[in-house]
Amino acid sequence: MPLLPNLFRTEYGKMVAVLVRSFGFSHVEEAEDLVSDTFTLAAETWGMKGVPENPTGWLYTVAKNNARDRLRRKGHFSDRIVPDLTRDQPLAEMPEPDFSPEGFQDSQLRMIFTLCHPALNTEQQVALCLRILGGFGIDEIAAAFLTTKSTINKRLHRGKSRLREELSTIELPPSSALNERLEAVLTTIYLLFNEGYHSIVTPETFRRELCADAIRLALLLTTNKKTNLPQVNALLALMCFQTSRFDARSGTDGEMILYAQQDRSLWDERLIGQGRKFLTAATASSENGRYHLEAAIAFLHTNPTESPEKWPTVLSLYNRLLQLHYSPVTALNRTYALSRIHGPKAAIAEALKIDLKGHLWYHLLLADLYGQTEEKAKAKAHLDQSLVLTKNPATKRFIAAKIAAL
Amino acid sequence: MLFRSEENPDFHPSPEELQAEIKLWETWIGGIAAQGKFGSSEALDFTGKILHGNGTVTDGPYIELKEIVGGYILVKAENFDDALQLAQGCPVLSVGGKVEIRPIMHFG
Repeated sequence: MPLLPNLFRTEYGKMVAVLVRSFGFSHVEEAEDLVSDTFTLAAETWGMKGVPENPTGWLYTVAKNNARDRLRRKGHFSDRIVPDLTRDQPLAEMPEPDFSPEGFQDSQLRMIFTLCHPALNTEQQVALCLRILGGFGIDEIAAAFLTTKSTINKRLHRGKSRLREELSTIELPPSSALNERLEAVLTTIYLLFNEGYHSIVTPETFRRELCADAIRLALLLTTNKKTNLPQVNALLALMCFQTSRFDARSGTDGEMILYAQQDRSLWDERLIGQGRKFLTAATASSENGRYHLEAAIAFLHTNPTESPEKWPTVLSLYNRLLQLHYSPVTALNRTYALSRIHGPKAAIAEALKIDLKGHLWYHLLLADLYGQTEEKAKAKAHLDQSLVLTKNPATKRFIAAKIAAL
Repeated sequence: MLFRSEENPDFHPSPEELQAEIKLWETWIGGIAAQGKFGSSEALDFTGKILHGNGTVTDGPYIELKEIVGGYILVKAENFDDALQLAQGCPVLSVGGKVEIRPIMHFG
């Protein structure tokens, strides 16, 4: 990636968080503008004079000076008038933005809890995290969620106004509310990750960035001892194990490669090792939540040689996971695990009980299960249905190849 | 759903048999959860105490009845037919037990 877009991705969210920590949440749009302006100035100046020796240092200094100028300019108006109108603290008394590594960490941590505030719905939380913490463009967010730019803009706008009504400064929730709020934060991170990992509409490069960003946000939670909790480590372990197969999951033309056919030498051993460390940290307590169960399943899949115990253990983990948290994809995965132990016929009987007609993976699973029996016609019927359910060319080719192989 | 069965004094399962029994229950419950219809479930210990109206305490849980409730599962079912479908395959049925289906009463 070229220098400036790359810096934008890594620095935008940090800088906005630090500024909002200092200005208060009511000035979030001002902070966003200020950071955007800093990047615009960088593009102009660096284009003419060349890239400075320390590009991030340059960005921080410019943003800091701009912030100081704005505070001074607005000081008079704000000090005299605004305090009477709002409960905001006067701008002149605001702390200097803290552009140190600790300042970045602390501000981003506060920001993620702020953006996952219970007053917002999940869609708003996700969109705000992508925009404000991830620095993703409106068009990218719209593409990822199959919607228009104006829908995303509205979502962001409403989310911000709602937050402005709720709070003036960005803070970590009090310890009594921390666990509940952390759950919302983890759900958002998990959604970001899944969007990146499973989406069949989002371009590959963007999906990688979504996954990387989800991991970055979860890592942020491990930097504070209040939030470095077992469930956070379990989610991190899960994301590391899944990401370790990113390169092996698709071929050179973007075609899907299923688990059984993957080239295991493409699995990222380093990420698997990282995942193991997080899983160990996660199991330090007796807690056994949904991310623990999912991480345990993902861990079993990182072993290239399958022991006879693997599928019974996976099935048992899916059974427990579904009792804690139902999702259609988990139900389908459980049915696949069941087929590996009790055979395709038993699995078909179970699959027919889960009513997910119109779900691409439901039909692909049934096609696969019928394909293992004598009922090839039913396998074909389900493949035909799946073909209608996807627009993704790589997925279409994948299904067409399956039909041809029947 | 209440799982009712008669106590079998000659039944002394090995750890392996117990493990297999647990797997059967887990898979049956997992099948209900896979349909998004699971609420909660507990198995009950076979020992217990009974408090009588006159204040005496006896060992329970069975008094006159030979049948005891071994556990329960709360499911989300549309009607009795749906619940009966879910009850199919309950492991208690294969050891001579019964599944009793009782809707929860809602007040107000």
